[in-house]
Amino acid sequence: MDPEVTEEVVEEQSAPESTELLVEEVSIDGLCGVY
Amino acid sequence: MSANSSLRNRFERGLSAPICLTWELTYACNLACTHCLSSSGRRDPRELSTSEAKALLDEIAAMQIFYINIGGGEPMIRSDFFELIEHAVSRHVGVKFSTNGTRIDAASARRLSSMDYLDIQISIDGADAATSDKIRGAGSYASARRAMDHLRDANFGQFKISVVMTRESIEQLDEFEALAKSYGAELRLMRLRPSGRGVDVWDELHPTQQQNRDLYHWLLERPNVLTGDSFFHLSALGAPLEGLNLCGAGRVVCLIDPVGDVYACPFVIHDEFLAGNIRDAGFQHVWSNSSLFKSLREPGSPGACVSCGSYDACRGGCMAAKFFTGLSLDDPDPECVFGHGEEALATKRLQIIPKPSPDHSRRTPVSIGAR
Amino acid sequence: MAYHHGNRRLVFLKSRKLVEVVRELHEHESADAAIDALVGADEHSQYVVALASLAKSEVLCVG
Repeated sequence: MDPEVTEEVVEEQSAPESTELLVEEVSIDGLCGVY
Repeated sequence: MSANSSLRNRFERGLSAPICLTWELTYACNLACTHCLSSSGRRDPRELSTSEAKALLDEIAAMQIFYINIGGGEPMIRSDFFELIEHAVSRHVGVKFSTNGTRIDAASARRLSSMDYLDIQISIDGADAATSDKIRGAGSYASARRAMDHLRDANFGQFKISVVMTRESIEQLDEFEALAKSYGAELRLMRLRPSGRGVDVWDELHPTQQQNRDLYHWLLERPNVLTGDSFFHLSALGAPLEGLNLCGAGRVVCLIDPVGDVYACPFVIHDEFLAGNIRDAGFQHVWSNSSLFKSLREPGSPGACVSCGSYDACRGGCMAAKFFTGLSLDDPDPECVFGHGEEALATKRLQIIPKPSPDHSRRTPVSIGAR
Repeated sequence: MAYHHGNRRLVFLKSRKLVEVVRELHEHESADAAIDALVGADEHSQYVVALASLAKSEVLCVG
């Protein structure tokens, strides 16, 4: 991955369905509870 | 924009470390904004020392927290401000700091421009001095504009202009958009909450229902305007706004205050939402073991909103808005778009409004001169 | 979960296999080859979509 990217491993959930999108994203500004 | 439901579900249950957090560096401030969410003004003598602050940053880096939002009070007032943000970015922890701009002169603008992983957010409360200074004090708008000019002249790049939506500022949306465009800056609109000193001005300053509806539609047409997901209560009006439409408090975000107290978020600085203190056993310990946070990570119940078909869109709104208007947490949001919050407020016969605790407000008036 | 400091996007990779594919991409000649090495044929297109999405968010660099 690009060196500008930081990774964190989150706990495993159940395997996603075959039709489901494997990637979801949001802007860091899209979290409520920060300035 | 993908459907975010599984991200949202995952985040509601909490993570092993926050994704980002707000860190208020100091309660000291050279302004005295009428709505200050942290009731800032006077420095607390128990403030974290430089070495405690650096140890906290090391822990934040070790926990792989991506980003910190630094605020206060006015964070640039701390004499170790640059030392601390340089320490953070050297550990690859992204930094955004929120400032009134009074301490950004040409030299500090150049220094900030030389740093990487750094975001700056300049706060104003109106598109002109007449509107903004009513909240932030005489001369504050001019200072903020000077700071923006310095950042532009130093080629900082894209910074953010942050505005709290009040009954007055909400009438100036197009002007804010134009202002941001003129600097190549991003516009960020934030919800006014009755937090800190905000409780004193809430009744007169919170937007009307019609204004909230107009804001919602304005935002829908401008997905590039940032909101910090602070208007998710308006998503009950129709298509969801940008963001996760989720309260992240105690789940994926939290606040660390100037004396090391950890709260669920910056809008609930009150004992009721105090999770612990980093001086006991570090921050990770509070994040993982706080009983307050564990209960926030339990699935919520709709409470009074159970019969409303829009609960999934708005999740019953904001804890801070409810708490500081004397509502209970399973009441509707006081600004519920369907008016259920106003009904709930009207039926509270004995309304006990919690006072901000702690309160670091100045006791005497503040005036700022031109810098 | 990955965070891109440049564009402030937070990206959630929902399967460990996808994380593996991403980490081992550089060892293969093409994205397709990397996917084939780690993932069954019935899931192949799902992973292609995922990698394309990561490239679009600039979490992955093409080339």
